[in-house]
Amino acid sequence: MGSLFAQISAVVKMNLLSLPKRVGSSLTTLLAVAIVVTVLLAFMAMGQGFQKTMAGSGSEDVAIMLRGGSAAELNSGLGGDVYTNVSSSPGIAKDENGPIISGELYVVVDGVKKSSQTEANLPLRGIGPAGFSLRKNISLIDGRMFEEGKTEIIVGTSILSQFSGFELGSKMKFGATEWTVVGVFDAGGSVFGSELLTDVRTLQAQFNRGNSYQSIRVRLDGPEAIQKIRDFIESDPRLNLDVMTEQAYYSDQSRDMGRLVYMGWGLAIFMALGALAGALNTMYTSVEAKAVEIATLRAIGFKGISAFFGTLVESLVLAIIGGVLGTLIAFLLFDGISTSTMGGSFTQVVFDFNVSADAFKSGIILAVIIGLVGGFFPAWRASRMPLLKAFSS
Amino acid sequence: MSNELLFDLKNIEKRFVRGRESISIFDGLNITIKKGTFVSIMGPSGSGKTTLLNMLGGVDRPTSGEILFEGQAIQNLGEGELAKWRARHVGFIFQFYNLMPMLNAEKNVELPLLLKNLSKAQRNKSVETALKLVGLSDRARHLPKELSGGQQQRVAIARAIVSDPDLLLCDEPTGDLDRTTATEILETLQLLNKEFGKTIVMVTHDPVAASFANVSLHLDKGQFIEQQSSEAVA
Ligand SMILES: Nc1ncnc2c1ncn2[C@@H]1O[C@H](COP(=O)(O)OP(=O)(O)OP(=O)(O)O)[C@@H](O)[C@H]1O
Ligand SMILES: [Mg+2]
Repeated sequence: MGSLFAQISAVVKMNLLSLPKRVGSSLTTLLAVAIVVTVLLAFMAMGQGFQKTMAGSGSEDVAIMLRGGSAAELNSGLGGDVYTNVSSSPGIAKDENGPIISGELYVVVDGVKKSSQTEANLPLRGIGPAGFSLRKNISLIDGRMFEEGKTEIIVGTSILSQFSGFELGSKMKFGATEWTVVGVFDAGGSVFGSELLTDVRTLQAQFNRGNSYQSIRVRLDGPEAIQKIRDFIESDPRLNLDVMTEQAYYSDQSRDMGRLVYMGWGLAIFMALGALAGALNTMYTSVEAKAVEIATLRAIGFKGISAFFGTLVESLVLAIIGGVLGTLIAFLLFDGISTSTMGGSFTQVVFDFNVSADAFKSGIILAVIIGLVGGFFPAWRASRMPLLKAFSS
Repeated sequence: MSNELLFDLKNIEKRFVRGRESISIFDGLNITIKKGTFVSIMGPSGSGKTTLLNMLGGVDRPTSGEILFEGQAIQNLGEGELAKWRARHVGFIFQFYNLMPMLNAEKNVELPLLLKNLSKAQRNKSVETALKLVGLSDRARHLPKELSGGQQQRVAIARAIVSDPDLLLCDEPTGDLDRTTATEILETLQLLNKEFGKTIVMVTHDPVAASFANVSLHLDKGQFIEQQSSEAVA
């Protein structure tokens, strides 16, 4: 058995040493695998980045309420009386100011993207006094909080990095009024960072919304709280509200992105078939070029299986180098770059591409599969190489 | 030379079938080769010299008939058995050397030793001995492409003898070399035959090369005509 291992490792070494001989076709295969892996990782990075942003946005202990049947905030509308009625529901945590609740409303305003200089929609959200502290991982990092009743806004860092004109102290016109940026907040990469925040009453007044809201956020006082609120709503015929945890709400909103990742897989697999054809071709050529060498080794007494493994490993090495190259390219091109896209509510959600360890693994696995399949059939042929090839000159 | 037979070929028939065509190369060939002989085989192109060598070396099989090697029939051995048999008993020397281009001389020579359970030190020692015997100790680290044709053939001879087989099969070993170089190679083969008792079967087109052998055979129309010695052939 020691001898079989020695045979195989000798042939593997020989095949690897001979790789530079066919630089052209070897490089082509390697690059084809690299491109496939890059594409796959790009999609995965995008999908995972978006999901991370969305998932990072929701708390388990905050509930969001929308008008019954409106899946997203945009379609929702609630009167002021609803806000008043629901605030007495059990299950809502309280502090010295009473129930921790924030009636919220947002309008869509324009912002200019730094990257493309094009206009895109941004949410200008009005929040109640408890609204800021209801948001997870959020903190003011520059300037101060907006004051109630004044046309002042604070901006998320994601907006600051992707859109121009929102620096601290800037003034801009939304609707009929001029607004001033008085603070900058960081939201830990969550979706909240893609918003402009202001006092909800000011927003209602400036945009003629009376005392209506779109959503209500409350802090829950325990694991049973959400059911208590649902029961409360159920018992009051005037209330028609959907209640869900913030986390459930945002993961719902990110489901479309999940589909994008699947699409990425589909595209990558389709391209992988092309790379596979390239790998097969390269390896068949390699086996053909080494026919005399393989047959000579067989004549000397080497087993066919050594030629098999030599070819298979050669193919695997090419594919894995390609795969690693592909992940490197993906990492350099995509990791950490920020982009923005339509979120669930037709406004921009800024998120980072996230090339995760998981994505790396998928990329390498894809490369290994290409290498294995692309090497198997040529390896089989190598192992069946007629010995007489060594003698026919 | 002893009187013991190394090979005893009985009633060998060999046909190649290609599509619907069937060419008969041998039809009832009988020949014996004694241990320690240096046999040369000459004959017109296509007469079956290489085919015979292949059958002796266990890389091809007769259509029918028996090939006895030291009394044991080898024509029906399985692939694996035959590979083992070759590794133990046969060294091949080719017209175009058939060295592995990416391995240096000593790595090429080492190849047959990888089939045996030997330590690295044991292998190195055998490689060194073989390279010394063919006079190439100073070229151990050279790649084939850095060696002349004659030197490459010496490496190939070293590879053929490194595991100390009984039999060397050479198919036109000097076919690609000039006269002086050819003579050196033939003298080396002669030395291996005389000093080390190797049985050698060599196919050649060159009468001068054939004269280095102690038995010269002429193959024509599937039968042998003996030309010099009568000792080796029955
Ligand atoms: N694998 C094969 N398939 C079909 N025919 C073959 C095969 N090998 C050899 N032949 C045929 O058998 C005959 C003898 O071939 P062989 O190679 O033994 O001749 P040779 O005496 O070595 O010739 P040369 O001096 O040209 O090397 C030729 O007609 C050849 O075409
Ligand atoms: Mg021939």
